[in-house]
Amino acid sequence: MIVFIAKRLTFGLFVLITLSLFVFFLFFVAPGDPARVVAGDKAPEAQLQQVRENLGLDRPMPEQYLRFVTRAAQGDLGFSYRNRQPVTDLIVRRIPVTVSLVFGGVLFWLSLGVPIGIISARNPGTWKDRLGQVFILLGLSFPTFVLGMLALYTLYFLPRTAGFTLFPPGGYAPLLDNPLKWAWHLALPWATLALVVAAIYARLTRGQLLQVLGEDYIRTARAKGLTERRVVYRHGMRATLTPLVTQLGADIAVLLGGVIVIEQVYGLQGVGALAVQAVQNQDRPIIIGVVMLGGLFIVTTNLIVDLLYAALDPRVR
Amino acid sequence: MGQFQSRNEEMTNEIEEDDGTEDRGPVVVQRSSAALTFRRLARDPASVIAFLFIVALFAFAIGAPLVETWTGHGVITQYRETALSPVGLPVGPNSEFLLGGDQLGRDVLVRIAYGARVSLLVGVMASLIAATIGVTVGMLAGYFGGWVDFVLGRFMDLVMSVPFLLAALALVSVFGPSLPLSVSVIVFFSWTTIGRVIRAETTSLSRREFVQASRSLGAGHGYILLRDILPNLALTIIIYTTMLIPNAIVFEATLSYLGMGIVPPTPSWGGMLAEAGANSIYLVAWWLVLFPGLALLAATLAFNILGDGLRDALDPSARGRAVFRKKKKSEEG
Repeated sequence: MIVFIAKRLTFGLFVLITLSLFVFFLFFVAPGDPARVVAGDKAPEAQLQQVRENLGLDRPMPEQYLRFVTRAAQGDLGFSYRNRQPVTDLIVRRIPVTVSLVFGGVLFWLSLGVPIGIISARNPGTWKDRLGQVFILLGLSFPTFVLGMLALYTLYFLPRTAGFTLFPPGGYAPLLDNPLKWAWHLALPWATLALVVAAIYARLTRGQLLQVLGEDYIRTARAKGLTERRVVYRHGMRATLTPLVTQLGADIAVLLGGVIVIEQVYGLQGVGALAVQAVQNQDRPIIIGVVMLGGLFIVTTNLIVDLLYAALDPRVR
Repeated sequence: MGQFQSRNEEMTNEIEEDDGTEDRGPVVVQRSSAALTFRRLARDPASVIAFLFIVALFAFAIGAPLVETWTGHGVITQYRETALSPVGLPVGPNSEFLLGGDQLGRDVLVRIAYGARVSLLVGVMASLIAATIGVTVGMLAGYFGGWVDFVLGRFMDLVMSVPFLLAALALVSVFGPSLPLSVSVIVFFSWTTIGRVIRAETTSLSRREFVQASRSLGAGHGYILLRDILPNLALTIIIYTTMLIPNAIVFEATLSYLGMGIVPPTPSWGGMLAEAGANSIYLVAWWLVLFPGLALLAATLAFNILGDGLRDALDPSARGRAVFRKKKKSEEG
């Protein structure tokens, strides 16, 4: 078990180092002068030189990289080129929005996708299964932002023109101020994020459960006289959980992509929106910071998924 | 009972197909397997409709200049007099602008037609390149195993642990948005799906007797990979490439939506939706979201249905068997 964890940790570290090298060299070879962005278009050469010195841009490349990595490991991601604020502060300030979105989204999609898959698999070929299949196909095909815009139009704008407010047009309300308002503001973003990803889980649950229910040990379980409910949930789902957990690990990157888009559609000022603004402003330290944070998030969740996997399936240990 | 009926239908299908191959006399087995697959596919109405829709979509994209001539509206020409209301808002669908005008007074229909070009070009091209890379890497990893498999496998894991949209944003911020960059980004982050499948299949294929026979006859690695294993992967490759296309289309649209893909004023569906979303203008001009959104949804849906249909047609037993077994069980119980 310890060897297994050590292996996964090493790989996670390897991913992070590769990612840091990628972003760092990407920006090092990048066209465009960061000093120009900081100092402004009309700054004289002497001032540009001063800025380069201050930012350490005149140092040799490996030295810059080492400095960047050692600082990043201590939680210091440098300063924004635009407003000189520490990148870490800028990101941390926006984390509650993104975490709220991710947390609710994951909860929504698991509680939507898995049951639909189970219902589909328990009634193969019936109208319930057909409906489930339609849901899966639509969910897989719907681009997140199209769904979000349609949701805003039908659930915010149409009711508002009719004279009442069903959902807010977007924005964020802090959880600690008013939990109800928080949930009300995030309901549409959660649902949008969940609907699109839930389809993957519904399909996976359906496929796996159908296969598992055909196994011999399920017949044995039924022969023992167990109730159908017990057979499906205790014996069937137990074997279906492992591929579901694996999928969860693979989908973290998809989830982060979805978060960026959803924040854009619903005007949520989260970390994703910060990254999009940074790209438009050519604010490289912020982009590097957000990419590294995203990588860290994926590596950590994958580690948790691996541990869960090992707990569920003793063979991998 | 529904399951039994469909099962029986499937069985009669097999018999008919056997008759068909008999009529044509001796046929190479690999060809007939593909022929069987496409025959089964042709019997699935959803797949046929999806396929016809895709053909029509290609025709629509290729014929975009014809749409331009027919409506008499240029793709980036702004019709401020006719497509904008006196207060400057876009006009809805009418006899002159069938799908309405956009916020700059351009014809939405013409722009959707040209947008289809971008979506299909990027979708198909990125999928083909991704499939080529995925198949090559997957075959090498699966066939040679050992350290080759280890290195390539870790590399695939690495690509899958990268936050792809963030990495795409980083790349765009450095190199500026462009069509080739969009395609490269999509390729880089989508070849792993097909790579994993091909790797698994190659591993099991390379242990089969016919590969051993080939090797004992003195065939080299290249010959075995290209002549013995690759043909056996053909259908898997077709299916997974088809399934890559809708994802690539959505990926491109997402990049354009975030302003990181196709550069305006070149029309793309994602870009049109982004313009509709800016200042929430779509709330007063629903056609700006509905038509490009529908085009995007219909395109991805059609490719997804076709991919599903192809998969089921390749291996009808995978679906039928599980259903059949389950049915048997519940009858026993």
